[in-house]
Amino acid sequence: MKLELRGISKAFGSFYANKNIDLMVDDAQIHCLLGENGAGKSTLMNVLYGLYQPTEGEILLDGKPVEFSGPGDAMAAGIGMVHQHFMLVPVFTVAENIALGAETTKAGGVLDLQDTRKKIREISDRYSFDVDPDAIVEDLPVGVQQRVEIIKALVREAKILILDEPTAVLTPQETDELLEIMRQLKANGTSIVFISHKLREVRAVSDVITVIRRGEVIDSVSPESSTTELANLMVGRAVELNLNKAPATPGDAVLQVKDLTVVDPAGTTTLNSVTFDIHEGEILAVAGVQGNGQTELTEAILGTQPVTAGSVKLAGEELVGKSVKQVLRSGLGFVPEDRSVHGLVTEFSIEENLVLDLYDRAPFGKGISMNLDAIKKNATAQIKDFDVRTDNPLNPASSLSGGNQQKVVMARELSRDLKLFIASQPTRGVDVGSIEFLHRRIVAERDKGTPVMIVSTELDEVMELADRIAVLYKGRINGIVPGNTSREVLGLMMAGVSAEEAAEQAEFTKSDNEPVEAAPAGERSENQEGEGQ
Amino acid sequence: MTASTLQPAINVLPSKKTPIILSAIAVIVFFCFGLLGNSDSAHFQLNSAGDAFKLPELVFPGKASNIVIGLLLIGLAVYSWLQRKKSKLVATWMIAIAAVLFVLSFLIWVVSGADITTISLASLLAGAVVLAVPLVFGSLSGVLCERAGVVNIAIEGQLLGGAFTAALVSSLTKNAFAGLIAAGIAGALVSLILALFSIKYVVNQIIVGVVLNVLVSGITGFLFTTVMQEDPELYNKPVHLPVIDIPGLSAIPVIGPILFKQSVIGYLMYLAVFIVWFGLFKTKWGLRVRAVGEHPKAADTLGIKVNRTRFWNVTLGGIVAGIGGSFFTLVAIDSFTKEISGGRGFIALAAVIFGRWNPIGAFLAALLFGFADNLQVILTIIGTPVPSQFMAMMPYLVTIFAVAGLVGRSRGPAAAGEPYVKE
Amino acid sequence: MSETKAPVVPDSEKPGNDLLKQITQGPGLVSVLGVIVALVIGGLLIAITDEKVAQTAGYFFARPTDFLSELWRAATESYVALFNGAIYNSAQGFKPFLETLTVSTPLICAGLGVAVAFRAGLFNIGAQGQIIIGSVLAAYVGFAWHLPLGLHLLLVIVFGLIGGAIWGGLVGLLKAKTGAHEVILTIMFNYVAVYFIDFLMNTQAFRRPGGTNPISPILDSTAVFPSIPGSRLHLGFVMAVLLVIFVSWMFKRSTVGFEFRAVGHNPEAAKTAGINVARSTIIAMAMAGALAGAAGVAQVAGTEKVLTSGIAGSLGFDAITVALLGRSTPWGTFFAGLLFGAFQAGAVNMQITTGTPIDIVSVVQSLIVLFIAAPPLVKAIFGMNRKKKRNAKLETTQAGAK
Repeated sequence: MKLELRGISKAFGSFYANKNIDLMVDDAQIHCLLGENGAGKSTLMNVLYGLYQPTEGEILLDGKPVEFSGPGDAMAAGIGMVHQHFMLVPVFTVAENIALGAETTKAGGVLDLQDTRKKIREISDRYSFDVDPDAIVEDLPVGVQQRVEIIKALVREAKILILDEPTAVLTPQETDELLEIMRQLKANGTSIVFISHKLREVRAVSDVITVIRRGEVIDSVSPESSTTELANLMVGRAVELNLNKAPATPGDAVLQVKDLTVVDPAGTTTLNSVTFDIHEGEILAVAGVQGNGQTELTEAILGTQPVTAGSVKLAGEELVGKSVKQVLRSGLGFVPEDRSVHGLVTEFSIEENLVLDLYDRAPFGKGISMNLDAIKKNATAQIKDFDVRTDNPLNPASSLSGGNQQKVVMARELSRDLKLFIASQPTRGVDVGSIEFLHRRIVAERDKGTPVMIVSTELDEVMELADRIAVLYKGRINGIVPGNTSREVLGLMMAGVSAEEAAEQAEFTKSDNEPVEAAPAGERSENQEGEGQ
Repeated sequence: MTASTLQPAINVLPSKKTPIILSAIAVIVFFCFGLLGNSDSAHFQLNSAGDAFKLPELVFPGKASNIVIGLLLIGLAVYSWLQRKKSKLVATWMIAIAAVLFVLSFLIWVVSGADITTISLASLLAGAVVLAVPLVFGSLSGVLCERAGVVNIAIEGQLLGGAFTAALVSSLTKNAFAGLIAAGIAGALVSLILALFSIKYVVNQIIVGVVLNVLVSGITGFLFTTVMQEDPELYNKPVHLPVIDIPGLSAIPVIGPILFKQSVIGYLMYLAVFIVWFGLFKTKWGLRVRAVGEHPKAADTLGIKVNRTRFWNVTLGGIVAGIGGSFFTLVAIDSFTKEISGGRGFIALAAVIFGRWNPIGAFLAALLFGFADNLQVILTIIGTPVPSQFMAMMPYLVTIFAVAGLVGRSRGPAAAGEPYVKE
Repeated sequence: MSETKAPVVPDSEKPGNDLLKQITQGPGLVSVLGVIVALVIGGLLIAITDEKVAQTAGYFFARPTDFLSELWRAATESYVALFNGAIYNSAQGFKPFLETLTVSTPLICAGLGVAVAFRAGLFNIGAQGQIIIGSVLAAYVGFAWHLPLGLHLLLVIVFGLIGGAIWGGLVGLLKAKTGAHEVILTIMFNYVAVYFIDFLMNTQAFRRPGGTNPISPILDSTAVFPSIPGSRLHLGFVMAVLLVIFVSWMFKRSTVGFEFRAVGHNPEAAKTAGINVARSTIIAMAMAGALAGAAGVAQVAGTEKVLTSGIAGSLGFDAITVALLGRSTPWGTFFAGLLFGAFQAGAVNMQITTGTPIDIVSVVQSLIVLFIAAPPLVKAIFGMNRKKKRNAKLETTQAGAK
């Protein structure tokens, strides 16, 4: 089926998330929408899927204008969508999730899941998905849940499939499998709109790439375009990938993490005997695909995550078993991965958020009373220092853009003398200008001699900041390598390949002149098995 | 190193709550009811008037039986600690057995220590079911609403509104069934306000519920004084629903009166429990309702109208609770009085949680609370040393223990209490 | 989704820019209008149950004016009587207002209890039980102990607060340690308290020597608040005002208040910032209970001077409406308490002079809270939405033209 968007605009209040977008998706084509976080890709797809009503413009299917009042209409017209955050009911079985909204029933509205199970098996066999219709969704790995979403669309006979950032939660290997599935779907005549900001995947699988920036279409290019070219289109100016930071001058190992292990209440070991040091004046970046123990690692150090075994010593002082407050007081600056959930009380004023973990310390608090003047002064100074764009420090933090919110969190955590600075995803959902600013402040803190730990799932960020890189894979440290390690090696390590083998293999593929993402899945899993023995 | 590695290790094992509670129960039974208990015997009669055949009276020597039960419970408690050591969760059947044993032991203890050491188990159970009727309807209302994602604190108001309207309409029309239908409508009206405010105007559902209870109590109290008391003969003399006695079957000892000698509402109760259970778990409607209560956005992306589903479910819940409320004035009591529902809507709410949001679970929980309620009455009659107020506290205390200890981990519908707003 | 929207919120969208808009369309005006709508509905309810109105309705088509004037009379008569009983009447002057203040005292205290919990993210439906336990302890100290002036009243107050704090704190403890929901817990604790006081009132310790009625001895004269001669107003009102000031200070300028608010808005962020959420929950519930306990003190050591099992009346649930109307701010709660106190004080006079049952106050109170919670509804009733819609349309077309 052919899809055309003509002059689509979508406004929230007076803010335009999409402006005058034209898009043409051909029959059996993989069309990629490339753009930064917040560029308006998801909004556009929600318009296409009937979740949002466009402010202006029209949607045409096979040349005929259509109007969707809800997702039901879009589905009926043959559009299916796999959302970034899966739209699956966690406590339902696969079959129930797939039947939902398109149920087969016996007399009297009694559910007939047999029919659904049959359809699931058919599709599962055709694409070798290996999905059990009676498994409870929340028990399934993320990759399988994604396949359930794809089955859901296929059962509804989708001719156009929208995949919204499908690889964000996948390991490189799962990503390869997904790309293969996409090719297969295309071969069967399904058109795919593939939303991503990851250049390598986009180039590997797309037929056409449309770049979106700040809600507008910038250009449509072919997948042969170079990575730098695409990156420039995406962010709007030549990206200076080099921060030009001075080489690190590491001092003593101030943070010593030894055999840190976390077992969650369900009995899964999420962090497995993690051991590493961070020295004064160096940045250790923790790389890895999301969900490989990063959250547990940072939270275990902070103390919000119960530790099963192991020790965390900061300047010789044991942190495990201490309260969060004690840990913060012993000199930890902590930027959590999700600022709106863990980093800010968004209803609080900027002023209050700037003392969120300092409110009871001098000069802001004394006994149980607080010094409002000191809080105000602090806010004025920090807002200026970190260039937080706001007209009033009394505005709620929710009024700030993502980048400015992150600046508030960072300003607060860097505003005291630190013995250790930890930042998770320091620039997620932050505009390019702020990214650079935040990166410079992180490096500046390192140059003051503070040990810094950066956790990031973005390889670019890791490579830019790190003096050393630790790769987390399935809750274990899969090796600690120098900051200048190549992207290929890191990518393999993130997939579970050991550092040495990754280096060998990267050398091999390089000499073969083949891009890594095209490496056959079989070869990679072989390597992994080898590693496991 | 020592403290730090030892202390957090506890987190690996399942919660200590259940083993602790089981141990506490075992200790209470063994020492208080057993060793310190009365050595007189407790007599339980299984027959009631009109039974088809006679069953022997059950006789338990107070002290001895409770020591035995106490030992059994201690065994269970020890087993639960061992299970926990093996990182296993305590099975539900163990909790159920412990609960039954505890109730039995308690009964033996109070009855053997009372002035009259004989009670009729048959009438205790039959009375329990009767008292449970409004609780069951109320809890079904709660299940219907919460499964769709709307917390219903207004069950009390729905019961009260139903009771009032049933009395008024039944008195005016001299037709009990008209009263029954009117009660359903009244309950639905209360629900409509709940739905309007919580769904359309996105007011916090708990606030609306709490306020609705005050509103219904105010309106019924006001109308009771201004209308009903002006002419009680005309406005407050409801015709009662007949008790339908199924010949033969109702003469079966113990279960006969419970299952086959009920008012229309009593029979409706069994039917309603089954229908709601079947509807929620076996039909297309139920699948959609549960999806809306668990993950409204997912349901929306599949074309299911979230707020419409919620609206109708809340309304349906209101009808069910309204009918339950009519039980007060069409079956149990001669006429309407202020606050006739007496907080049973809140016990029904407790039954929803105790029954884990499942219609059958809620039904059983309501039966348990009805049992406690009836036990209090009977124990006062036979003259036990336990003050009746403490017996009356039982449902509430049980609920507190349940929410804190046994049900604390269980999950309600994930989206209950959260309004669904489309962007 | 928020990610896509967050980065570019235009400045004009930020709150606090248009003061005029806030006053005219903000909570202030809506609150007043909400009260008016509730009063009108209450008036209609009074009118339609009035006998004369019913009579005139019988010949409505013959003489509609009769019906309408009776309708107006029935409703206004009751409200005038209410006003006379609550604020001012020609015979007594402003003396009724003293009664309003008296009735408001426990409402304000218990309302604060609910409000403090609200701000800490907790639904305290348990003011009823907390008032009961607070008044039990306060009353017991008041009539069973015999202490010098000053010290006695002080201990009565302290024990009343402790009683409430225990009852509230237990809920906080259970919530913090087991994760049980406080709404369910507080409801259950209410009933336990109700039966507990019922039990106590049947024991010798709480009865007058030789008495058989469930009523306690009168509190010692050293144990009660001094009152204004010729009225029931007592110093407990000053205690209520002091509590309002204290709570106001706590939220604005104390670390405890900061913690409560942080936990209330975002417990996850509070935890990450080193705030002990469990401790905060327990303290907030204990403090809420203590404030409700203060309402119990006001009852036994001020207004009633004895303990009965009905000491809390419907205060617990009224307190919720007070806190909601006051938007959980200390001074908002204060004024809401005054308003509802006026309703309740006036309702007594209304019932005597016009026969309108006191229950109408519950109706009006709950309607007020409902309307205030749903500003769009009130705006719709007064046709204020249309204008806004037109504005919105205008905005989008303008923006589109840019």
